[in-house]
Amino acid sequence: MNPVSGPQNAYFDIREDAEGTLTVFFRGNLDMPNAGTCLRRLSKALKARTPQRLAVDLGRVTRMDDYGAMVIMRLVHQLGLTRDRLELKNTSEDHRKTLSLIDFGQPECDIGPRKSQNFIVQLGESTISALRGAAFFTEFIGAMVYSALRVAKRPGSFRINDAIVHMKTTGVDALPVVGLISLLLGLIIAFMSSLQLSQFGANLYVASLVGLAMVSELGPIMTAIIVSGRSGSAYAAEISTMKITEEIDALSVMGFDPNLFLVMPRMIAAMVVVPLLTVFASLFAIAGGLVIGVTVLNLSPDAYIGQTIDSLTLFELMWGLSKSVIFAIIIALTGCLRGFQARGGASAVGNAATSAVVTSIFLIILFDSIFAVIRSFW
Amino acid sequence: MNAKDVVRVENLGVAYQHEVVLKDISFSVRENEIFIIVGGSGSGKTTLMRHMVGLEIPAAGRVYIRETDIADAPEERFYRSLKQIGVLFQGSALLGSMTVAENVALPITEYANLPESAVASIVQIKLSMVGLECYANHLPSEISGGMKKRAGLARALALNPDILFLDEPSAGLDPVTAAEIDNLILHINQSLGTTIIIVTHDLDSIFALGQRAIMLDKSSKGIIAHGTPDNLRNHDPNPVVRRFFSRKPPAA
Repeated sequence: MNPVSGPQNAYFDIREDAEGTLTVFFRGNLDMPNAGTCLRRLSKALKARTPQRLAVDLGRVTRMDDYGAMVIMRLVHQLGLTRDRLELKNTSEDHRKTLSLIDFGQPECDIGPRKSQNFIVQLGESTISALRGAAFFTEFIGAMVYSALRVAKRPGSFRINDAIVHMKTTGVDALPVVGLISLLLGLIIAFMSSLQLSQFGANLYVASLVGLAMVSELGPIMTAIIVSGRSGSAYAAEISTMKITEEIDALSVMGFDPNLFLVMPRMIAAMVVVPLLTVFASLFAIAGGLVIGVTVLNLSPDAYIGQTIDSLTLFELMWGLSKSVIFAIIIALTGCLRGFQARGGASAVGNAATSAVVTSIFLIILFDSIFAVIRSFW
Repeated sequence: MNAKDVVRVENLGVAYQHEVVLKDISFSVRENEIFIIVGGSGSGKTTLMRHMVGLEIPAAGRVYIRETDIADAPEERFYRSLKQIGVLFQGSALLGSMTVAENVALPITEYANLPESAVASIVQIKLSMVGLECYANHLPSEISGGMKKRAGLARALALNPDILFLDEPSAGLDPVTAAEIDNLILHINQSLGTTIIIVTHDLDSIFALGQRAIMLDKSSKGIIAHGTPDNLRNHDPNPVVRRFFSRKPPAA
């Protein structure tokens, strides 16, 4: 060979002869720690070269692993050559063994995020997914009605102990957060309304406003949103984890109805405790309003409480409680439904929890609007 | 430590709350060998492995990876030691939100200092080694248990570790796939010179792969036998060991 050119460095020498054969003499360790730097230098040294053939001399390579073999593979690709135009020289048994791991002709795998489909395919997939979701929802509601009928027929099949545990986690454990948020809400409503009402000397009506707003409207909705965030997400996370770890399948093959086992106790627990939490929330908000009434508006506690009682009717209370029962059903069903829909791994649990909260808050607001419309025609 | 020892465990003791799980465990693993840790269910095999790879701090004793006390090393040395080891977990532990190729690429991108374009090439090589080149773009939830094991193995091999820890590599696999995984382990040991430590109770794998083995026992909470698998089966004085390796239940 008659060498005509050759940049040299710690990793390789390059020579090109008159017949267009480029020879790369590698040396030292052609392995994982050195592969990156070696590749960058090779790529720079071989820029714009278009040899007819490539020869790789491994005679002075002390250690080569699959990263080193990868360097040779990329060298072949960079020069636009194929395997039959590559000649390996002075290879040891170890080198040959390592090079046997490489398939020079194989296309590289794609390691980026999965390519998104075109718009039409996406639209079609979304539609199918939405229809499947609707079918699953219908099936789920049907199964729930069936389970409810089974419980009505055979009350012994209801898992009362599970329901009590869920009443504690959904209701009792939520008392502090519901109480604190409602108290602050009462303070805010009273303070903001007093700014307007005091201009007309109607400070006393702050009590009516806080009482009515909380009992019939804000109490149910705020409580539902808090319970949705605390317990709806927990229902979805628990059930989706059980789905992924095949615990639900295990229940099914043991002859248990998963809806009866998992959904009914949660739903009944929510239906019992959410209205109680709503009452609790309204009382705390009224207490918050009372603080503003007494300290800022100079009302007496008796006058404030009397005005609150006068402005509230049993209808208002029952209206608020009815709404909270519906909200409880929405929270429990949405949480459990999203749990049952989960597929895949750990990320599916997170998605189920997020989706449960978003869906239930949307449905709570939607149903609250429907209640408002119904009431306007009452 | 003997010059050829790559891992040494000295008087290791493990206790959870007040319950002793392992006590006085001592052994060493030599360069380039396939070393097997066997024992019945609940004997502490996986617990021992978790201590060997630095996931848990021993209650007593020490674990050395090439002269580095894994539980007591300064942070930089500890992470340097971690780069020398690869671990295949029992459940494969692939990240579910990433494709198989992305899982394998993760340590390569972080530590191998390769140009971006070369990462795909080395991932391709690693996946070819485990026979998963056609599944690069699949999510872990879309492939079978055997494929997950292979993908986990490809990820464990990503940085060409000196020492590979495999926790139950053939558990839950059909005999053909289990034998394929065994052949792959043998190939890795022979072609890359990787020291391999396997935690298993699969007798076929033990006899196909193991050059030396130790056996843990639940009741004594320690090592009850060590030697080659054949010797343990045929000549060990402890009948519990012979029964385990001959697959015979205790006499009624």
